[in-house]
Amino acid sequence: MATSNPSVFLLSVNGQIEGANFPCYDDLYCKYCFVYGQDWMPTTGLEEGITQITCKGRQSQKLIWNFPLDITFKSTNPSGWPQLVLSVYGPDVFGNDVVRGYGAIHIPLTPGKHKRTLPMFVPEPTWRLQKFTSWLWGRRPEYTDPKVVAQGEGREVTRVCSQGFVTVIFNIIMKDMKKLGYDSGPSTSSNAQPCGTASGWSTEEQTNL
Amino acid sequence: MASPGASAIRDKLRKQRRTLQETFVKLKHEGDDEQALVPSSGLSEESQHSTMNETQSSEDDPGETLKRTLRAQRQMRRKKLLEKLSAQNSPVEDIEEIPSVPLHSEDEGTGKISKVPSLTSLASKAPKSRASQQSDRFVTRRLEEKLKAARSQGESLRLQEASVVAAGRRRDRPKVTRSDREVDSDADSSQFLPQAASTRVKFRGPTEPVERNRVTADEAYNFFTINFEVQPEEKTSKKSRKSSKERKREEAQVQEEEDEERSQDPSQDHDEDEPLVQDEDGNVFVLEQTSKDFLEVKSAEYIGLRAFAVRHRPLIFTPSSRTVPTSAKLPENMTPRYLEDEGLYVGERLTVSPSNENILENRILRMEEGAKWFGDDGRIISLPDPIKESSSRPPLFHMEDDLDPALQTFYMKPLQSKHTNLSICAADAVLGDYQLDVDVSGLIFSHHPLFSREHVLASRLAQLYDQYLNRQRNNLTEHLTDKLNGLRNTMRNMLEIHSEQNLSQALQQRIVEYSMEVKNTRELRDGEQEKDRTLLKSLVKVWKELKALREHQRFINTPYKLFLRRETVDRESDEREYEKDILSEVWELEAEAEVDYQTKLSEYKKQLDEWKAWRKKQKSKKKKRKKKAQDETEEDDQEASEPEGPPDEGPSKPDTPEKLELDTIVKQVREKAARIRRKPGEAILIPELTASGNVSEGELCPRGEVARRHEVARRFIFVKILYNDKEVSQTNSFPLNPDFRVHFGQIFNLRIVNCPRSITLQVFEDLGSLYTMLAEVYVPVPPSSVLAGNSSIEEFEFSSNQREMFDHEGVGSGVPLSFTGDASDNVILLTSGKLSCCVSWGVGEDNVPLAPPLSQHPGAHHGGQYDAVSPLAPSGNVKKIGEWAMQSRLDPNDPVNASVMQMLKVASSGQVSAPDFFRLEQLQEEFNFASDEELARSRRFRLLALRSQEVPEFRNYKYVPSREREVSEKVFQGYEKRLKEGEMIDTKEHLDFHRALVAKYLQKIREAVIHRFLLASHHFLLSDMVIEEEMPCFGGARLRRVPDRHLRDSTEFLEMRSPKLLKMTGRAEMLKILGLNLFHLAEPKRPLRPQRKERKKVTAQNLSDGDIKLLVNILRAYDIPVRRSQGGKAGPSPQGAIQGSDWLVNHVQVRPFVEVSFQRNVFQTTTADGPNPCWNEELQLPFRAPNDDYSVASLQSVKDEVFINIFDEVVREMGARENGESPQTRVEKHWLGSVKIPFSTIYSQSRIEGTFKVKTPAVLLGYSKERSQPNAGVYESVHSLCQGAFITLFITIEPLLQPGESIREKIKELKFDSQEDERLLQAAERFERAAAEGFPGRPCATTAVDLNGKTVFITRYIRPLNPPPEIMSDQPQEDAIQVARFVSLIPSLPDKVSFSGICDLWSTCDQFLMLLAGDEEEHAVLLCNYFLFLGKKAWLIIGTAVPEGLSAYVLTLEQGRYLIWNPSSGQYYGQYDTFCPLQAVGCLVNADNVWLNIQEHVSPMRISFDVSRGVGWRPFFNRFFTHPGLSSVQPEELVYRGSDKTAAVELQERMEKLLRDKVMEWRPQRPTRWNRYCSSALKHFLPSLEQCAVALGSGAHDLAEGHRHELENLLGDNRISGFPLHMAFSEMGPIVEAVHSTGVHTIQTSNVEFALAVYVHPYPNNVLSVWVYLASLVRS
Repeated sequence: MATSNPSVFLLSVNGQIEGANFPCYDDLYCKYCFVYGQDWMPTTGLEEGITQITCKGRQSQKLIWNFPLDITFKSTNPSGWPQLVLSVYGPDVFGNDVVRGYGAIHIPLTPGKHKRTLPMFVPEPTWRLQKFTSWLWGRRPEYTDPKVVAQGEGREVTRVCSQGFVTVIFNIIMKDMKKLGYDSGPSTSSNAQPCGTASGWSTEEQTNL
Repeated sequence: MASPGASAIRDKLRKQRRTLQETFVKLKHEGDDEQALVPSSGLSEESQHSTMNETQSSEDDPGETLKRTLRAQRQMRRKKLLEKLSAQNSPVEDIEEIPSVPLHSEDEGTGKISKVPSLTSLASKAPKSRASQQSDRFVTRRLEEKLKAARSQGESLRLQEASVVAAGRRRDRPKVTRSDREVDSDADSSQFLPQAASTRVKFRGPTEPVERNRVTADEAYNFFTINFEVQPEEKTSKKSRKSSKERKREEAQVQEEEDEERSQDPSQDHDEDEPLVQDEDGNVFVLEQTSKDFLEVKSAEYIGLRAFAVRHRPLIFTPSSRTVPTSAKLPENMTPRYLEDEGLYVGERLTVSPSNENILENRILRMEEGAKWFGDDGRIISLPDPIKESSSRPPLFHMEDDLDPALQTFYMKPLQSKHTNLSICAADAVLGDYQLDVDVSGLIFSHHPLFSREHVLASRLAQLYDQYLNRQRNNLTEHLTDKLNGLRNTMRNMLEIHSEQNLSQALQQRIVEYSMEVKNTRELRDGEQEKDRTLLKSLVKVWKELKALREHQRFINTPYKLFLRRETVDRESDEREYEKDILSEVWELEAEAEVDYQTKLSEYKKQLDEWKAWRKKQKSKKKKRKKKAQDETEEDDQEASEPEGPPDEGPSKPDTPEKLELDTIVKQVREKAARIRRKPGEAILIPELTASGNVSEGELCPRGEVARRHEVARRFIFVKILYNDKEVSQTNSFPLNPDFRVHFGQIFNLRIVNCPRSITLQVFEDLGSLYTMLAEVYVPVPPSSVLAGNSSIEEFEFSSNQREMFDHEGVGSGVPLSFTGDASDNVILLTSGKLSCCVSWGVGEDNVPLAPPLSQHPGAHHGGQYDAVSPLAPSGNVKKIGEWAMQSRLDPNDPVNASVMQMLKVASSGQVSAPDFFRLEQLQEEFNFASDEELARSRRFRLLALRSQEVPEFRNYKYVPSREREVSEKVFQGYEKRLKEGEMIDTKEHLDFHRALVAKYLQKIREAVIHRFLLASHHFLLSDMVIEEEMPCFGGARLRRVPDRHLRDSTEFLEMRSPKLLKMTGRAEMLKILGLNLFHLAEPKRPLRPQRKERKKVTAQNLSDGDIKLLVNILRAYDIPVRRSQGGKAGPSPQGAIQGSDWLVNHVQVRPFVEVSFQRNVFQTTTADGPNPCWNEELQLPFRAPNDDYSVASLQSVKDEVFINIFDEVVREMGARENGESPQTRVEKHWLGSVKIPFSTIYSQSRIEGTFKVKTPAVLLGYSKERSQPNAGVYESVHSLCQGAFITLFITIEPLLQPGESIREKIKELKFDSQEDERLLQAAERFERAAAEGFPGRPCATTAVDLNGKTVFITRYIRPLNPPPEIMSDQPQEDAIQVARFVSLIPSLPDKVSFSGICDLWSTCDQFLMLLAGDEEEHAVLLCNYFLFLGKKAWLIIGTAVPEGLSAYVLTLEQGRYLIWNPSSGQYYGQYDTFCPLQAVGCLVNADNVWLNIQEHVSPMRISFDVSRGVGWRPFFNRFFTHPGLSSVQPEELVYRGSDKTAAVELQERMEKLLRDKVMEWRPQRPTRWNRYCSSALKHFLPSLEQCAVALGSGAHDLAEGHRHELENLLGDNRISGFPLHMAFSEMGPIVEAVHSTGVHTIQTSNVEFALAVYVHPYPNNVLSVWVYLASLVRS
C-alpha cells in the first residue's frame, strides 16, 4: 500500500456535530450528508446520517447532538473538495416537521483539529400570504435537495432567512497530499484561534457546557 | 556608558514608551485584564521594586516636569492607599539593585546622557515636522531648564512616587515588551531581554528571596492554584476585581482627569505626558491588589448605567461634524498647496455633504497615520467624479407622438429569405452547390522596407517603363495627331471648295466648330506629347541615377538594364513634316488670333461708343453747371471729368486690343515644339527595359547589403482569403524573392453556401514567428458569367502605411529617404505592391458553371461598391481634430480627453501602428499555471478540460487520475472518433448515402439544440431550487400534495421501492394536510374502491446505477394466435397426441408467456394457457442510463426500447433414447408477436397503462389467428376493424422520475422568435391558456416550432399535397390505405429522443420526406395533407394516445363515419373502436381553424366530431377574430424521387449478410446451419407479402396457408416455425434488435436449421419497406 508513488490521496474526517444554537426553536434534529466532486470517492464511513432529536435543557440554550462523523475519502484531484451539508428539522407549533436551517461548509483543508460554526438559513416564501399559509399548514418552502446549498448555481433566484448556528468539530488527517504535489499549507491547530464570525458565541457557549 | 550605543538604546526606550502610551489608551478599558496580570500582592511587590530603577529614567524625562503640580494634587487623594503601601516599601528599597543589573546600569547610563539623545529622539519623534533646527534647539533648551527645576522639585517626592510609578510601570512593562517584540524584535534583545522573557512566572525567580521571609496565606494559595496561564488568573483576578468597587470608581475618575489633561496638553509635551498618566493610573490598580482583596468575597456588583457609559467612553469615539482646520490636517508649518493653481489637472471632486466630510476628516485624524489620507491641499485625497456629465446615450428629445410620422419606427416581421432554407439542408448541397475559384497567382512589391536604394530606383524605373509601355500601347499621341491631321484636312477641303463662294451661315458655323475642335485636339495632343517627352526624359534620368548609384556602391542589386534603341529617321522628310506641322499650327493660331482679334475689336468698338456717348453727356452737364456757378474756369474740359469723374458712374475708356504679330506666334509655336517634340531628324529613342543584368554576389557586397539580403531571405509572404469577412483559407508561405516578387500560383475552390458579399485577400508577412498584415485587397465578386475558363488575372494594387526602419541597407518604409546628401529630394516611400489574382466561378465536372443564377445573389453587383470603400485616410481628420483641440483648449490631463490626445499624439509623431486593441486581463499571463501548449499536451489536463466543458463523453467521468501517465490514450478514442465521424460520412453504418447525410444533418441539429439546452439548464427558476406549497385554491379544494421532504432519503427509498404499486388511500387527504397524521390509522385498510396513489417524484440528480427500475405489469392478453394442428401431415408430431386430446376441450391450444427484454436484460412471466391468458405478473427490469448520467436530459435521450414479446411455449419430446430411458422433453419457444415501447415514452408519461395491439407477423407458420368462434358473434361489430392480438400492460418507472417538463416549459419561456403577427401569437397564447385552465389534461396546440426554431401557427402546416404517383391507384379507398402505409413506412424518430425532450420541432412535409425521420406530428401532418389531396375531409387530431402520450392522429370523414388514423402505424380505427389507441381528443386542426374540444368527455367514443355545430367545439378563429389568410408553410407540390431498385437490392443483400452474421454471433456455442432451400423459398414469399400488405392485409390468412403448403411441399418432414418481420427502414440497429428480440436464435436443438430471407421494397423518395423472414427448421 505504502507506495512511494501514490495515485490518490486520502482525507480522513473524524469529528462530531456538536450542537446548535437556534434561539427560538426546540426539539430539533439534524441530517448531514457530504457533497463532493467527481474525482472523490468515500472509502469508508457513512455519507449521510440523521441525529437524534434534542430538546434544550432547562438552563442551556444550546441543543447538543454530539453526533459522530467518521468518513474517509480518496481522491485524485482537490477540485470538488468535500463539503458537509447540514439540514436541521424540527416541529413547528402545530407539530408539523419543518425545516429549520440549511448550511454547508467545506471540510477543513489542513490537518488537525478544527472547530467550525455553520450559519444556517432557510428559504423564504415568495410572498407574504404564502408565508402565512405555509406557516399555517406547516409546509415551509424547502430546497428541492439539501445539496443545493453546497453549490452556487441557481442560488440567485432564492431568498433566504438566517436562522441559527451549528457547531461542528473536525479532526482531519491526510495522506499523500504532498506526494501528489498539493500543499495544503502548514498544519495549524485552530483551537488556539477560534474561527468564524461567531467565535464569541462559541466560547460563551462553551462555558455553559 | 555615554556611548552611541547607549544613546540608541535610549531612543528605543523612548519609542517603547510611546508605544506604551498608545497601547495604554487601547488597553485602558481592559483594566480588569491588566489587573489579572498581577496575580498576587507578592507579585506586585516584586514588580514594584524591579522597576524601581526605571523610575529614575522616567523622571529624567523632560516632559514630566509639567506634571508636578497635578501629581501633587493627586497625591492627596491617594494618601490613604499610600499608607498601606508604605509599610512594604522598606524591603523593596533594600533590594533595589537585585533584579536585573544590566537593565539598571543601562538605565542609569541613559539617564545620564539623556539630554543629547533626547534631542535627537525628539526630532526623530516628529519626523514630519518641517520645523527648522533652530526651533528644535530652542525647545530643547527650554526642556533642559525645566528638567533641572523638576529634578530639584521632584527629589523630595521621589521616594514615595517612585514606588507608585514603578508599580504601574512594572505592570505595563510586560505588555510593552510584548508589543515591542512585534515592532522591532532585535531592539529589545539588547535591553529588554530580561524583561522580554518576563512572563509572570519567570519573574518570580529573582524576587523569591524577598518573599521567603513572609509567605502569606494567599500567596500560598496562589502558588498552588496558579496555573501560570492567563485564564485561571483571570478568574482569580475577577474575584478580586469584583471585591473592590470603589477602586473602579476611582479608576474612572482618574481616567477622566487624564482625559482632561490630555486635551489640555500642549502638543509638544504630549508624548511625554502619557507614560506618567499611565503610571499613576496603573499605580491605582496595583495598590488595590492587596492580599485582603483576594480573600474577600462579595456579592455581584451592579455597574450603573452612567458609570458604564463613563467606562466605555474611551472606547467610543464620536467624531464631531465641525470643520477641521486645515492646519490640523497638514503637517506642521506647511501651507496648503493647491495643485489646480499650479496648472495640474485635478478632476472634479465628488460632491459630499460638508458635514459628512467633516466627520470623516475628524475620524481620519484620530487614526494612526491619519495624515496620509490628506492631500497637499488639506483635503481628503479622492478620485475625480467618475460620472460623466452628459449621458453617452443621445437623449430622445421627442416623444413618439411628436415624431414626424415619416420618421416613426414601426415593427416589421423579418422576412424569411429563401437562402436560409437553401442552406438549411446538407442534403440539398449535393445537388446545387456553388463554387468560387480564387486564384492567387503572385505578388510584386513596388516598394518594400527591405528595398535597397538601388531597388527604389529600379522600381521607379520599372514603373516608368510600365507607364511608358502603357502609353505606347494606347498611343494617344499618334491617335490625336491623326485626328488633328484629319480635322485639318477636312477644314482645308471645306475652305478650298467654298472659298470662292460666299460662305453660308451654316457652313461658317461648321468651320468655326471645326476650328474649335482642331484647337482642342491640338492642345490635347500637345499635352500628350509633352507627357511622352517628360516620361522618356525621366526614364533616362532615373536610369542614369541608377547607373551612378551602381557605380557608387560598386555592386549591382537589380538585374534591370535600360537600352535606348535609336530609330533613325529620314531627316528630310522628318524635317518637312515638322515644318509643315509647325506651319499649319502657326496658320491656325494666326487664324484663331485673327478671330480673337476681331471679336475683341468689335467689343472695343462697342465700348468706345458707349464711352463717347457718356462723355458727351458729361460735357453738357458740365456746361450747364458752369453757367450756374461761373467761377470754375480755365479748367481743361477734356480732363475735367477725370479728377471729379470718379464720383460719376462713367465707364473708363477701353483699351485698344492688340493684334498678335505673326512673328510672336511663330516663335511661340517653335518654342513649344522644341520643348515637347522630338527635334526634326533626331533619332526616335525607344527605351527597352530588360532584367538581364547580373546581380552581384553576396561576397562582393558590403556588410549592410549582406544584412539586407539576409533579412530578405528571412521573410515569407502568405495571403489569407476572407470570404464574407470570414477567413476561409490561406496560401502557403512563400519566401520573398530577392527581386521582391512572390509567386503563389494557388487556386482555392470555395464551396459557398451564403451569398457572396465580399472577398478579401490579406497579405501577410511572416518574420519567423511574427505575422504582420501588410495590406488588405478587396476583390470584387465576379458576375456569374465569369467562369474559371474565361477569366483573366487582374492586378490589384495595395499599400500599407506601416513604418519600418533598418540599420542596414534596407531603406525602410514610411521614413524619409534621400538620394543626395543634402536631403533635398526627400521622399517617403510606403510599402506597396501589386497582387495579381483572379476570382471566378467554378466549373463543375460536366462543364456546368457552379455559379448561382443572377437573382440568387443580389450582393453581387453591390460587390464592387463594397470594395471601393477604402478605409478613410485619417490624415485630414486628425488635422481637423488637432485644430479643434487647440481652439477649445482641451485639458490634456483630463482622462476624459485621453483618447483624443492619444490620437493626436500618435498622428503627430507619425507612429501609425498604435495598438488598436487593449487587454482586458493584462495580468492573465502571470496567473496561467501552465502554458497553453502544456495544457494541450497533457492528457490529464485535457480530460479535465473536456469534463468541465460538459462534453457528453466526459461529463460524468469520475476519478480523473492524478498522474499523467495513468490517463490512457484510450479514453479519448471514442471522443476523437466521434469528432472524426462528424466530418466523415460513414456509409457502412447507414447503408445508404442519403440516409447518412440526413443522419449527419440531424446530428447537427441535435447538437445545436443540446447546446442551447445546456445553456438554459444553467438558468434556474425558483421552482427548480425551492419546493413551495402552491397557494391553495380555497373554492375548488385543489390542494396539491407536496412530496415529503425526507422521503427523498435513501432510507425511504427502500420503502418506496416496495413493489406495492397499489397503495390504498382513503380520503384523508384533507385532514392530512392539516397535519393530523393520526387519521392515517383510521383509514380503511382495504377500501372498496382502491385508487393508485400518486407517488413522490424524484429528481434525477441524486440517482445512481441500480436505483432505477422499470416495472412492467403484464395483466392479460386477448386473441393470441393458436397453434394449428399439424393434422394432414404424414408423420404425426409428438405433440400431436396432446393436441388431439386438447382438441376436444379447446379446439387448439397455445401456452403463451411473455418475455420482456430491455437493454438486453430478459425477464419472462410464467406460462399461461389458452388464447386469452391472464398473467397478472410484475417484472422488474433494471435500468442503466448511458454514461451513468442520470440527468433529465440524458434520460430523455435514452433510445432503448422495451420489447414485450409473446411466446408460445412448446414442449417437445426428444426421441426416446435407445436404452429405453424416459423420454426427454425439450422446451421450445415460438415467437408470436411483440409490442415495442420506447423508454422515452415511458419516461415522459411516467406510466403507461392500457391495452395494446400486439404486432403479429403477417404469416405465422404453424399458427392460426382465427378466432372466429360462433360465440364471439356478439362482439363481431366491435372487432370489425381491429384484428389481431391485444395485451394489457401497465408500465412505470420506479422510483417515479421527474419528467423533464419543467425544462421544456423553461425553454418555452425563452420564447422562440416568430414571423407571425404579434396579435395572432397573443391570441394563440390566450387560447392555449384558456384551454389549460378550463380543460386541464386536454392537449391544445395552436403553434408549433419549425426547424428554424421559429414559432409557426399550426394551420399553416395543413395543405393538400400530392402523394407519390407510384402508389396511387384508381380506387379511392385503396389509395387512402396505400397512402397511410406509405406514411407509416417513414421511420419514426421521436423528437424527445433526438432533442433530449427539449423541444418539439415540426418539420414541413418536404423536410420530413427529405429527413425521412420525424415523430407523430410529422406523420400526421403528411397523412392529413395527402388525404386532403385525395379529396377527403380530414383533420389533425391533437390528443393523447397510448403509448405515445401527447400525439397527433388524423381524422377523416367517410360516408358519414369518422375514421381515426394512426399515422405512424398506418392503422385506422372507427370512432367506436374499443382498441383505438387514441384516448383523448384535445383539439382538431385543419387549414382554416383550430377547434378545442369543450365537450364533457375526451374519449373519441363519447364525443361528437362535428365541428360545424358550435356546441362541442370552440373555434380559434371566429366572427370576432377572423382567419387572416395565413399562407401555408408547405411547398406547393411535393417532388418525389423515383424508387431506387438497385439500391434496394444492394441493401437487401447487405442486410441479409449482416443478419446472418449476427445470428451466428448470438449462437457462439453451437453451429448455425442455414437451409438454403428454405431461404430461397422464403425469399420467394416476401414480395407477395408486400403485395398482400398493400392489399388491405385481408388475404393474410390465405397467404399463410399458402406458405405452409408450399414449404411443406418443399421441405418434407421438417417442422417449421417462422414468421416474417416487417418494419420501416431507418438504420440497421433496430432491425438487428428486432430480430434478436424474437429469440429465434435461442433454439438449442442440435439438428436445427435456419432460414433467413430479406426483402427490401423501395418506395418513392427512398422510403424502404423491409421484410425479414425468419424460420427455424427442425428435422423430425
